[in-house]
Amino acid sequence: MTGIVSTPIAANESAQITGLSLTVEGVDLRFGGIHALRNVSFKAKAGEVTAVIGPNGAGKTSVFNTISGFYRPNAGTVHLGDEDITKVPVHARAKRGLARTFQNIALFHGLSVLENIKLGGHHTMHAGVFSALVYSKSMQEKELALREEVERRVIDFLELDHIRHQSVDVLPYGLQKRVELARALAMRPRVLMLDEPVAGMNREETEDMARFILDVQEEWGVTVLLVEHDMGMVMDISSHVVVLNFGQVIATGTPAEVRSHPQVIEAYLGAEEAH
Amino acid sequence: MIEFAEYSLLGLLSGGVMALIALSFVLIYKGTGVVNFAVGEVMMLGAYLYYAAAVTFELPPVVAFLISIGVISILAMIVERTVLRPLSGQPAVAVMMATIGMSSIMHGTIETIWGGDTYQPPGLLPRTPVFLGEVLIPGAVLGNFAIAAILIGGFLAFFRYSKTGIALRATASDPVTAATLGININFATRLTWMLAGSVGTVAGVLIASSAGLAPSLSGAALGVFAAIILGGMDSVLGAIVASLILGWVESISAGYLGGKSRDVIPYVVVLLILVVRPYGIFGTRTIERL
Repeated sequence: MTGIVSTPIAANESAQITGLSLTVEGVDLRFGGIHALRNVSFKAKAGEVTAVIGPNGAGKTSVFNTISGFYRPNAGTVHLGDEDITKVPVHARAKRGLARTFQNIALFHGLSVLENIKLGGHHTMHAGVFSALVYSKSMQEKELALREEVERRVIDFLELDHIRHQSVDVLPYGLQKRVELARALAMRPRVLMLDEPVAGMNREETEDMARFILDVQEEWGVTVLLVEHDMGMVMDISSHVVVLNFGQVIATGTPAEVRSHPQVIEAYLGAEEAH
Repeated sequence: MIEFAEYSLLGLLSGGVMALIALSFVLIYKGTGVVNFAVGEVMMLGAYLYYAAAVTFELPPVVAFLISIGVISILAMIVERTVLRPLSGQPAVAVMMATIGMSSIMHGTIETIWGGDTYQPPGLLPRTPVFLGEVLIPGAVLGNFAIAAILIGGFLAFFRYSKTGIALRATASDPVTAATLGININFATRLTWMLAGSVGTVAGVLIASSAGLAPSLSGAALGVFAAIILGGMDSVLGAIVASLILGWVESISAGYLGGKSRDVIPYVVVLLILVVRPYGIFGTRTIERL
């Protein structure tokens, strides 16, 4: 019986999660006449924070959607650790440890903070149609175990305890973003992809989010790949930066190297520094 | 007073079966956004399959019942894969037209095979009448209601508490995000159609085994459309409450104003309620009216 949700990663659930590397190699992506990505290659090293930056329309979100599996590249491969996941369907990438947040908040409306976060833990539990209809005792136990773990680790970690039973619809923007991060963490990811995690946030919210991302990476050992427009934040928290322009990688390196790269200054940072 | 209690009770009990048809509809609307106009024909086909298995092939009623549910589930799966999935991303009207087309095909096929005669399939439940206080209730009506109530209760619990049920809700709300969380959305959609088909089949068999089987059976779904619109198209609870209200109004009007009035009064009541609450009793305010 095929379950609706993928099977767990490993049996030792409480063990420390270790990050996997993510390698994008020679990815080409076309939509009709539009060449969205041209021969894009980069690597997000295991356990580090890698940022993808670039002007609007440079192909950042296309890269993310290709890694998530929403787009099939016309050429090239995506590797998670040693495994080629280029042809793996979206939902099956979750159990391999790939989690993401969205540029526009994609929480489930009408559900509480806790329910939203728990949905992130879904893929780690078995559920066939019949076992779900019967709702067996072992499932109840698993459900409880999952709930405790989610509460203990994620909710405390992201300081969401005081709003756990509130509906997500009434939360301020910054908190909604944090709930989305919590849901991604409840998936126990090995690679965490954040699509503009601080877009639209004020200074204080941005600093909070940056702190959470660094904590996640340090304490959980997760590989973080983020797309972000906030240059200050990118330079502060990333160990590695990939710069895209017109669908091509124009520079990679440490924040300091990228900052001084002439092509980058021309394409992106020049405009940023002007104001 | 006894008379009023009897009409009320009969109305509420028949409303229970109506709620089952409404559930079949709401499952699909909530789960996939498709307005399924083939609900009545699914019910009808399920009932004919039951009749064929029980009478033509002389199987025991319970076995025939399970076979009809199984066959409808498989057909729902095939239709989802070959007709509806290729249409995903198309305007809602296109998918709606496809369901209307399928309802014509089913209707035509059934009339070709079985003709327009009325059959009496064997009852699933004992027909002995039951006395509730001084009110006499036909056994089949009570049994039908019991089956409908158990099934509806089961579905409510399934969607509220089970992991698969919550995954189906998440898929309905936002398929893209659901997929990134590890939910197989193709499987979720397939399961939604199979469950809705099964529920429709149960409703069809229950109605046919108490009221007889004829092509006009699919018309039972018409009244249910009124209930769904009254309850709010995306609310399971609303569909149930509205079905019970309609069942009651039908029975009371038939009892006091004569049998013909049951075809008119319920719609007048629906119209009046919708003037006050245009989104239905429990419906989400943003959904569009047809």
